[in-house]
Parts: sequence; structure tokens; C-alpha cells
Amino acid sequence: MPQLDDRTEPHSELADGVSAQVPTTDEVQIKTPENIGGMGHRKKRKEDPRFLQGKGNYVDDVKLPGMLYMDIVRSPYAHAKINKIDASAALEMDGVLAVITGEDLKAAGDLHWMPTLMSDTQMVLPIDKVVYYAQEVCAVIATSRYIAADAIEQVFVDYEPLDAVVDPFEAMKDKVIVRDDKDKKTNHIWHWEAGDKAATDAVFNDATTVVKEKFYIPRIHVSSIETCGMVANYNKVREHMQIYMTSQAPHAHRTVFALVSGIPEHKIQIISPDIGGGFGGKVPVYPGYVICAVASLVTGKPVKWIEDRSENLQADSFARDYHIEAEMAADKEGRITGLRVKTLSDCGAADAAANPSKFPAGLYSICTGSYDMKAAHVEVDGVYTTKPPGGVAYRCSFRVTEAVHMVERMTDIMAHDLGVDPADYRLKNFIRPDQFPYKSPTGWEYDSGNYEAALNKAMDMIDYRGLRKEQAEKRAKGELMGIGISSFTEVVGAGPSKDYDILGIKMFDSAEIRIHPTGKAMARFGTKSQGQGHETTYAQIIAEELGLPADDIEVEEGDTDTAPYGLGTYASRSTPTAPRPTASGPTRAVLPQLRARPPQWPRGRSGPRRRRSPRTC
Amino acid sequence: MSEHEVTLTVNGESVTRSVEARMLLVHFIREDLSLTGTHIGCDTTSCGACTVLVNGKPVKSCTVFAVQAEGAEVETIESVAAGGVLHPLQEGFWEKHGLQCGYCTPGMIMTAKEFLVRNPNPTEDEIRRGISGNLCRCTGYNKIVEAIQYAAEKLQADAGGE
Amino acid sequence: MPVIPGAFDYHSPRSLDEALSLLQQHAGEAKILAGGQSLLRYVEERGDHLAIGAMTREHALEDSSVVRNSYSLLHDTALVIADPLVRNQATVGGNIAHADPANDHPATMLAYDATLVTKGPKGERTIAIDDFFTGLFENAMSDDEILTEIRIPKPAANSGGAYTKFERKVGDYAISAAAVQLRLDGDTVAAARIGLTNVSAVPMRAQGAEAELVGKSLSDAVIEAAGKAAAAECDPSPDLRGGVDYKRDITRVMVKRSIQQAVARAKGGK
Ligand SMILES: Cc1cc2nc3c(=O)[nH]c(=O)nc-3n(C[C@H](O)[C@H](O)[C@H](O)COP(=O)(O)OP(=O)(O)OC[C@H]3O[C@@H](n4cnc5c(N)ncnc54)[C@H](O)[C@@H]3O)c2cc1C
Ligand code: FES
Ligand code: FES
Repeated sequence: MPQLDDRTEPHSELADGVSAQVPTTDEVQIKTPENIGGMGHRKKRKEDPRFLQGKGNYVDDVKLPGMLYMDIVRSPYAHAKINKIDASAALEMDGVLAVITGEDLKAAGDLHWMPTLMSDTQMVLPIDKVVYYAQEVCAVIATSRYIAADAIEQVFVDYEPLDAVVDPFEAMKDKVIVRDDKDKKTNHIWHWEAGDKAATDAVFNDATTVVKEKFYIPRIHVSSIETCGMVANYNKVREHMQIYMTSQAPHAHRTVFALVSGIPEHKIQIISPDIGGGFGGKVPVYPGYVICAVASLVTGKPVKWIEDRSENLQADSFARDYHIEAEMAADKEGRITGLRVKTLSDCGAADAAANPSKFPAGLYSICTGSYDMKAAHVEVDGVYTTKPPGGVAYRCSFRVTEAVHMVERMTDIMAHDLGVDPADYRLKNFIRPDQFPYKSPTGWEYDSGNYEAALNKAMDMIDYRGLRKEQAEKRAKGELMGIGISSFTEVVGAGPSKDYDILGIKMFDSAEIRIHPTGKAMARFGTKSQGQGHETTYAQIIAEELGLPADDIEVEEGDTDTAPYGLGTYASRSTPTAPRPTASGPTRAVLPQLRARPPQWPRGRSGPRRRRSPRTC
Repeated sequence: MSEHEVTLTVNGESVTRSVEARMLLVHFIREDLSLTGTHIGCDTTSCGACTVLVNGKPVKSCTVFAVQAEGAEVETIESVAAGGVLHPLQEGFWEKHGLQCGYCTPGMIMTAKEFLVRNPNPTEDEIRRGISGNLCRCTGYNKIVEAIQYAAEKLQADAGGE
Repeated sequence: MPVIPGAFDYHSPRSLDEALSLLQQHAGEAKILAGGQSLLRYVEERGDHLAIGAMTREHALEDSSVVRNSYSLLHDTALVIADPLVRNQATVGGNIAHADPANDHPATMLAYDATLVTKGPKGERTIAIDDFFTGLFENAMSDDEILTEIRIPKPAANSGGAYTKFERKVGDYAISAAAVQLRLDGDTVAAARIGLTNVSAVPMRAQGAEAELVGKSLSDAVIEAAGKAAAAECDPSPDLRGGVDYKRDITRVMVKRSIQQAVARAKGGK
């Protein structure tokens, strides 16, 4: 179990040299002239002209010569034994080239299972049984989308339904075992805790007020408007796999593919073209991707797989699904003293969370939030159910939404119990500016902050006291009006390798900048925009750092053959991590030389139009 | 299964192709004509990413068979920037940050284009109703509404100036 | 892949008779695909009724001035069916012929006491809307018949109607919706018909609620009683849109709101 205590080293390599004093908006100065267009300049996005004219290039837009299409047969049961898969009728259809089953993947080198990022395993295609509704059962490869869709109707699977278990509390009773492939016949996957149990119990013993609440933060789907998909293109002669895929983390996916398939990593190229929204849902490696790659290996042809919306909602990774029981303690002055949390994490049929941290419950232990308290103790248990596997960070860092929702709700309940205004109660309990750097009771180090100033500013902006008056007047008339307050302390920018890791790679990002002789630049990154506008933001940051005009900098991401290694885009990490190397000394050193001696046409010639023969230039 | 010859006009050019009866117009546009600016986001006629104009009216091209478009005039996002000059809507989306990933954008623009022909001076509420058949997962709509307002003003000003 | 339709053959008839003979040729196998052509596409007042060609697209109802001015219940309905893009393609006849209790037109046509005109090998016949919906997705037409026209009686003086729909989001089917068409005689309700959407397996009239209104002098209590009667007589199923009690209560509120609006319009002459 990872240890959260003993955090003496600096929290972040990246934090080195970053001033603890965060300037407020009014203090930010634009440092570059208009023609450079560095940070703070209003710029229209560089990527937009292509999107506005229908010239984006998304995975389903990729068309390769001789391309085949894949469609997937999915389980109509949440839990069932597979007796037989009869694909003979499908195989007889014109245009159907292959039907790939779990047995085929097994024969191809035990590819029917794959590792997850959480050191668990997940089925690519089943051999014995299915463990969630819409699970991939086998795949049809055909010469067109339409034929593939027809052919999956002609695959007959003999299922023997088993009891499903969709409630994690029920699953904890181990009456139905989801993963009988495991040695231990239990649905319990892991137990994890953070903070100091004894100290927390002591604080609760001494408390004047204790409030309790249960929450269920339901399973949700991120539902990016583009679904997931892939075009895999294996070249037998070069023994090279080229893959276009909807990937928020192309390099990490390349590594995963190398580990799963045995194709050497330098023989795999992943291209993540324009992505139609990710929201965390394009971080996991789904079975469909692996089957599609195998299909190309087997047929030696490019194979396209584009899941449709129903498949995307039914089988892809989810976010949340946390069952939380929380208690908060306060002393006789009403000051928060402690937090005690027990949580059941419904992982579905595998722990396949797209979790970049070293902790099974991600950054959930950030749950003491913005409040100063003496002690806290958080326990989380992961459990299997017969539901699609996953766990993604939907629009936040991993498990932060759950943590924030819980602590903010508990703070509201406590304020309500004590009869105190919830804003005043927050102001009273915030970590004070003079406490930074602050070490939280669950072990996180907060480098800087001024929460009181931030909340006061927000309250002034909405005239909070005025709104409370209005509310009181309305309530007196029988009208209802609600005011909600929430404060938010998140760990972003995954991040420092002390706390973050994927597959032992550690978390980092790289940038490569090429400055051409004419002073124009090409910058490549290991992150991958899904709409965040990196092409513009990064160009502005580089402009700021190097003094080159932002318009003269082409930013490129997503092709593992050309971009330097990086861990991708999620968890609010890209802008804080990726462009930082652009400020490096060596890059800066090149520029003065270029400026001093820009390339020129030889004297006596006025430009390329007068050129007589190629040799003269 | 039956093959049918269809002839229709797409972005001003007449095209004739032999298609299966069940071929969806969106696949015809994307695959047969390689006009990939029209997108697919769902299988329930819900998202509007596939919106094109058929005889001037915006429809969800995932719910029209190509054979049903026989003889029709179809316009897709690729035709909107006439002569390479951005349409005021495209300008508006760019200027007002009406897009992030850009996947819904072609459909939004096609819907808004016809909407502004019918209602050149819309209220915010009318715009919101006008685009209620198009989903965007990224922007949260406010910026899209502003983009359409920008275009309405620009188009009005251009019309007034003539 | 649900997005990909199964294979079928396609014929594009140029006349109603050609369509009918195709239906006969492929008896039981053929389905009409609405919205492909310009046959049967009109909205106009003819004598004592409004005639709507079965292939009329929904947006034509939105745009029609006669509908806007004299058929408020229908205009209300047209504005809340699906979303503006779907309304550019979907047809009035397809909406009714589908006999889906979640569709909005069935309730509206029940409230209007509409008549449906069909044509088949044996010629033309009319079907009263009360006799049209025979089951979930089932109607009184035979396989070789085509719905050609919908006739809505021209509302008498002092009539008003309204459609109120409660939906999770624009473009969704109703959690519950109520169509009300009534006629006043001073403050007394001389006639009333109420149709309900998506709270029964077969599109239904709320006859109990109608009975609470007809012959009564209007008051808040009478309107409330009608709402309650509708809540009691509907038969919703629990689903993603809510449980049974919730749907009944929404029905009560929708019926009340539609009555109030219909009364206001009757008084204002719409
Ligand atoms: C996203 C979405 C949301 C929707 N929301 C709503 C809503 O909120 N409210 C609502 O009321 N509707 C809603 N609908 C339904 C829509 O309004 C149409 O009624 C429906 O899609 C039928 O379309 P169509 O007219 O093209 O008929 P089709 O799909 O072509 O036909 C429907 C059925 O009727 C038969 N049929 C069609 N015309 C005739 C005819 N003339 N004679 C005999 N049989 C015929 C067909 O064979 C078929 O069985 C929604 C649809 C979508 C896609
Ligand atoms: S793809 Fe056509 S509406 Fe979603
Ligand atoms: S910009 Fe991404 S869905 Fe609209």
C-alpha cells in the first residue's frame, strides 16, 4: 500500500522556482508587444479555421487504401457463461473476411487479456464468460461498414445467463463472484487508507459537534460528442504498426500497445489526430482498440473501427460511482477539527481506472479541501461488480470531484447544524495565508494560497450579503430561493513523480522546438489537445519565453513518431507541465545568433522570382 | 438489397452515384463524396453533428437515406466559406470562442445559417431554441449563442450597407 | 452498430395509386417511408375543417399562418415536437400512423376530434380518431392502406385549445403532456376534449377529466378536479423519465395549465 505520510521532499519538481505568491488578475502584466503576442494578448485560436470550414481531421475521416471495417458483437447479458460462438453464417457472407474471437486472441499469444493501468487485468475478448452488458464478445472484419454491421447479426452466441451483481454492497458479500479467473474468490479488490486513524478517532472523541452523511455520487458517462475509434495499419514488410486513434495520451498508449502486443515500441506509431472531446474518456485502452490492431495484424490491411454512440455509452469507461459515508467533527468554538470518511468504489468488472496517481483512489485524499483541521482519516475499498470497468477523471483530476463534493457538503451540513452562515463558516475554517506551505492531515503539501481573499472577492462580486437579504425577503413571502457556495482545492497538473505514475514511466512531459533559419519555429509536444486550444496557448507561451511571434510558431501534437515523449492531456496537466521546457536555456541561446545573422538571399539578387536555375540558390 | 442511381447537387455540383437503398445521406456525403466536415455523433438523431441543408432546410443527414435526396440541393459546411472568405457565422464562432474541439461546429453552423435567413434579428431565446437540435459537449452554449449574435449583427450590417 | 440500417429495397412512387399498388405487390413486407417526396403535402382550410396532407412536415405547421391564428392547440404541439431539425424532416402523418403514445400529435388529434382519411385497394375511407389507436404502435389501418389526410374540425366560436408538455430537455419525448380543446358558453364549459401524451400504452383521452369540466361553471376548484381526474385515470409506466406517482402528478399539472390556457384563448377568441 502506498504511504502518504513522510512527505518531506518538495511536492513538485515543477514547483521549483515558482513563486509562492500568486498574482491576482489586476497585477498580471502583458510583457510582450502585440506583434509577438505572448501571454495575455487576446488571440483568436490558431486551430479554428480548419474546424470552422469542415477541414478538421478526426479519426473517422482517415481513409487508407484497401481499408477494412470492424464491428463488434456485444453481450446482451451482464453476466453469462459462453457455451459457443457460431460465426459460420457470418463468415459465409460476401465481404466478410474474418471473425475474431477470444480463442483467436489466445492463440495469437494470450492477447485475450490485457493489463490495466491499475495493475489489474481486463478481458479483451472472453473465452468462458462475459461480465458486463455490452461487453465485446467477438469482432467481424469486412470490406464495408454496412457488411460488418450485417455480419454481427449473423454471429450466434450460446449464452448461459448467470446472476448479475450491480450493487457494490451486495458484491462485497461475495455471493456472486465476478472474477473467478482470480486466485482469491472475492469481489473485494483493494483497501486503501490515508491519514492518521488514531489521531482522527481522538479528535472525534473530543468533538462538541459531529455531523454524518451518506452520499452516492453516481456513475456517469463523459459522452464526448465524438465516440472512440481507430484505424490500425500494420505493414508486414516493415513489421510496423501505424495507428490512428482517439487518444488523449498517444505515447502512453504506444507503450501499452507495445507491452500488450509484443510489437517493439519503436515499431509502433500512434497518431492522435483532431479529437472531438475527451473529458477523460479517451485515456483508457478499450478492448475495441486492441482487437482492431490485432485485426490489422491478422489481415495485413488497414482496419477501421468506429464505435457508435450506444456502444460508447454502454461499454466505455465511466466516472465516479462512489458510495461515501462521511463524518465531520467540530470543537466548541465550531471550528472543524476532523474528517472521517469510508468509501466504496464500484470499479465494475476490472479495476481499469485511468488513474495517473500512485494511489488506488487517485487524489481522493485531497478531501480535507481548503479547510484547516487537526486530523483526517480516509478509507476506500474497491469492489468488482458486473458493470463495465473503468474510472476516469471527468473534467477534473482523478477522484477530486468526489472529494470536493463530499467535503463541501459536509461543511454546509456542519454550518447548518451550528446555525452559521455557510460562507462565514468557510471563512472561519479556511487554511490561513500564514499557514502556507501547509501540510494537510492526509499528507498533501499545499504550496500557496489565500482562500479567504478569494472567497471574499467572489462574495463581493455577487453581492452575497445582498442576496441573503433578498432570500430572506422572498422566503417570508413563501417564495424559495437557494444560494450555493463551494470552494475547491484541487491537485492539478499530474504531476510530480513522487505521487504520480503510469506503468512506472513516471509523469513528465517534453517539448521540442525547432527554429528554422528564417526564424519561424515548429514546436512539438507529448500532450494532446481535445479542444483545449494548445496550438494557440503553447504558441503564446513560447512567444513569451523566446520572443518569437506566436504567429510564427507551428504547434504539433499527437504523432508519436515526431513528438517527444509525454504523458498526454488530462487532469488539468497540459499547460502547467508541457510548455515549461520551452523556457530552457539552450533554446534561448540559439535565438540571439539567429537574430544577429538572419539568412539572406545573396547580394545582388532580390529574391526567388529572379532565380534562373535551381543551382543558383 | 438494391442499388439505386441517385443524382443530386452537393455544394453546387451535380453528382451521380449508385448507392444501396439503405445508405445514409451522412455516409454518402462523408464516404462517397469525401466531404468529411459533416460528422456523426450519435445513433438516435439527437446530436445534430451531421446537420446539412437539404433544399435549404437543415436536417440531420443520419436520418435521411441518400436515395431520398434524389434531385435535392445539398449544402455542407465545406460550401460555407464562399471563395475562401469566412462566412460571418464562421467569423463569429472564431471571434467569440464558439468552439473547442470543433466536432459539433459544422452542424451548428449549418443550423444557424438557415436560422438567420428565417430570423435575421433573433433574440437570445430564439437562438437557443433555434439550435436546440444540436448538442455541444465542450462550450456550454453561451459562446455559441454569442457567435450567432455576432453573425446576425454582421449580416444585418452588411445587408444595410448594400 | 445501431447507426447502420438493415438492408431493404426502395421504391419511390410518383403517385398515390402507384404507392398503393406497390403496397399490394409487397403485401405485409413493405413499409411507408414518409418524408421522401412531395406527395400529400398541404395545410389548408377546406369548408368546415383544416386539411393536412399526411406527408406534411412538422415545420409547415409551425410556419402556417392559418394554424398559428386559428388552431392554437396544433401550433403549440408543432413547436414542442422533437427539435427544429427533426421537424424539418418528420411528417404529421408518420407521427400519427406510428401510434406511439409518446408522440405528441395523437393526444392533440384526440382533443380535436380529428378524422383520418385513408386510401387502400378498396378505396378511400375515414376513421374517427377515437377509433384509430388500437394498441401500442398499432392502428386501425390495414397493411395495404395509406394515411392520406388529417382533418381537424374548424373550432366553433368561443373555442380555445392548448398543449402543455413537460420534457427533460428540448427534443425529448414528454414526461407527460396534455392537449385540451374546449368551447365556452359564458363561464360555462360547453364542450371539452382532453388528450394525454406518454402516460398510457395507447394514446388516450382523459374522459374523466372532460366530465369534470363539461357543464360546469369555471373555477379553480373545477380545473383542479379535472387535473386530479386525469392523474387518476392515466396509466403511466415507470421509466427513465420518472416513477408512476411523479408522472401522475405532472399530468395533473399539465392538464390544469392546458385548461387555463385554453380558457384564456377561448375568451380571447383563439
Ligand atoms: C430525436 C427525435 C426526437 C423526437 N421527439 C419527438 C417528440 O418529442 N414528439 C413527437 O411527437 N415525436 C417525436 N419524434 C418523432 C418524429 O416527430 C416523427 O414523428 C417520427 O420520427 C416519424 O417520422 P416520419 O414522419 O418520417 O415517419 P416515418 O418514420 O417514415 O414513419 C413512421 C411510421 O408510420 C408509417 N407511416 C408513415 N407515413 C404513413 C402514411 N402516410 N400512411 C401509413 N403509414 C405511414 C411508417 O411506415 C412507419 O411505420 C422524435 C423523433 C426523433 C428522431
Ligand atoms: S449523428 Fe445525426 S443527429 Fe447525431
Ligand atoms: S466544440 Fe466540442 S462538441 Fe462542440
